[in-house]
Amino acid sequence: MAESRGRRGGWSWWYLLFVAQYGVILWPPFYNRAEPYFLGVPFFYWFQMLWVIISAVFTAVVYFATDD
Amino acid sequence: MGVSEVNWVALGIFVLLFGFITWLGFAAAHWRKGDLDLLDEWGLGGRRFGTIVTWFLVGGDLYTAYTFIAVPALAFGAGAVAFFAVPYTIIIYPLLFLVFRRLWYVCHRHGYITAGDFVRGRFGNRWLALAVTVTGIVATMPYIALQLVGIQVVVGALGISGAGLIGDLPLILAFVVLAAFTYSSGLRAPASIAIVKDILIYVTAVAAIVVIPIELGGFANIFAAVPAKKLLLAVPGAQTTGAYSAYATLAFGSALALFLYPHSLTAVLSANSGHAIRRNAAILPAYSFVLGLLAMLGFFVIAAGVDKLPEYAAGFKQFGNNFAVPALILHSFPAWFVGIAFAAIGIGALVPAAIMSIAAANLYTRNIHREFINKNPTAREEAQNAKWVSLLVKLGALVFILFVPTQYAIQLQLLGGIWIIQTLPAVMLGAYTRWFNSWALLLGWAVGIGTGTAMAVATKLTPTYPLALGGYVFPGYTAVYTVLLNLGVTALLTPVFNRMSATASPLDATRAADYTEAQRSA
Repeated sequence: MAESRGRRGGWSWWYLLFVAQYGVILWPPFYNRAEPYFLGVPFFYWFQMLWVIISAVFTAVVYFATDD
Repeated sequence: MGVSEVNWVALGIFVLLFGFITWLGFAAAHWRKGDLDLLDEWGLGGRRFGTIVTWFLVGGDLYTAYTFIAVPALAFGAGAVAFFAVPYTIIIYPLLFLVFRRLWYVCHRHGYITAGDFVRGRFGNRWLALAVTVTGIVATMPYIALQLVGIQVVVGALGISGAGLIGDLPLILAFVVLAAFTYSSGLRAPASIAIVKDILIYVTAVAAIVVIPIELGGFANIFAAVPAKKLLLAVPGAQTTGAYSAYATLAFGSALALFLYPHSLTAVLSANSGHAIRRNAAILPAYSFVLGLLAMLGFFVIAAGVDKLPEYAAGFKQFGNNFAVPALILHSFPAWFVGIAFAAIGIGALVPAAIMSIAAANLYTRNIHREFINKNPTAREEAQNAKWVSLLVKLGALVFILFVPTQYAIQLQLLGGIWIIQTLPAVMLGAYTRWFNSWALLLGWAVGIGTGTAMAVATKLTPTYPLALGGYVFPGYTAVYTVLLNLGVTALLTPVFNRMSATASPLDATRAADYTEAQRSA
């Protein structure tokens, strides 16, 4: 059970998904613009809302990937 | 001197829904019945909540009435910067997934019910535990008071206002109800009411996001009405990171602070398994999405121009931008739905207020009373003690909001965020390592609290501090800068203190295996 012990207690490469979502969302120059609009909503707003969904999917992926 | 005429239909529905959750709050005592004379049962619901109830409870806990009033109000007043609430909620869930699962396991194994309990066991230093405890209680008090502001605003918007006792009566009534069911049912009351609250909030949010844009001619029209200065973050000038660093650090710092608040930990610890915590990290973002939608309501207010309508002038004068969302709801919906929406906000205030008062009571009972006053209370005495303290905490918040200007509660809550983040090294990093010397942690905490308070005062109690370094200016959330300083001091002093103390470092009551799921092979 050495492998699963390492997975539960320590680092998993799947956590890079968390790093990715932090990197994107904490870098405002990346999304601080109005174009392109989506359904009349400026990019700044719909992009961040989209990342709420993406981050939820990422968390679910990490959950299943690191689960027993 | 009313804000407007009393809206009887809306008031009727509002009162009806409040009556229902009052009954529910008392009935909750019998839900998954346990012995409410035990602190574990009263203050953590017996640690019996599964994934779904935890979802409602944490959601009801973190997304408070004040959030629903203040975030759109900030969007209405200041524009794009208010949207930092969205990256903030994106950041919190990996923390829940990784750090708080570990804390759940260790607290479950050792019967810890507060952050103070954990720090006491982990570092064996009662003074460090006291610092964590006092910080938690002090940071929570203005937060409870702010929930009352949420109730005040919707009650005012229903047309009930007046000088003296009559004007304050609804608020006092709401708090008597809150105090009574919290006392009798403990954490089970907000857990059951949170389910009603969340359904009402979702109904309101979806209706608002569908109906109001149709009334206003679509999102394109709405965003066209928003002034260019409010639509996006200001692009930073030369030699400064401007609004960008402020936005990112506000999101990051607020996320770090959130789960250090006692009420967050109370909700997390009431879950029945580490799996429930991890599953919730994936399904809680549903609330983030709603919060993003609600933030946009601030722009709906601009587009609808309700702030310029004479019938809402008195409300804006009395409550400032916090009146933006209630005015928009009054303007856009029939009276019966106004009742539902306002009840959602009002009940949305009671749920977190109840959890916060329980969390503060748990802290006092475990980490001050038991540690310093009565070392060997019976289980019954301990639970009774917590019940009384929860009453006292709420009474304090009520008195505060009735007699002190609202602005002070908002400023204290801001300071509370800067203070509570100073417990991060001991609590969050403590979940991973006990490399830090406990006295170094205490000193780092003190430096963080002192510097943070001084920086906040220097910026006239605004959240961001313009840090100047080598000709560049980095505006950023004071809490982030000061917790970095705190960490630096703690790391520097740890080897110094370790060398100075002749005796071996105090015992760690926890073992590495306590922080993860039990080994199957073990």
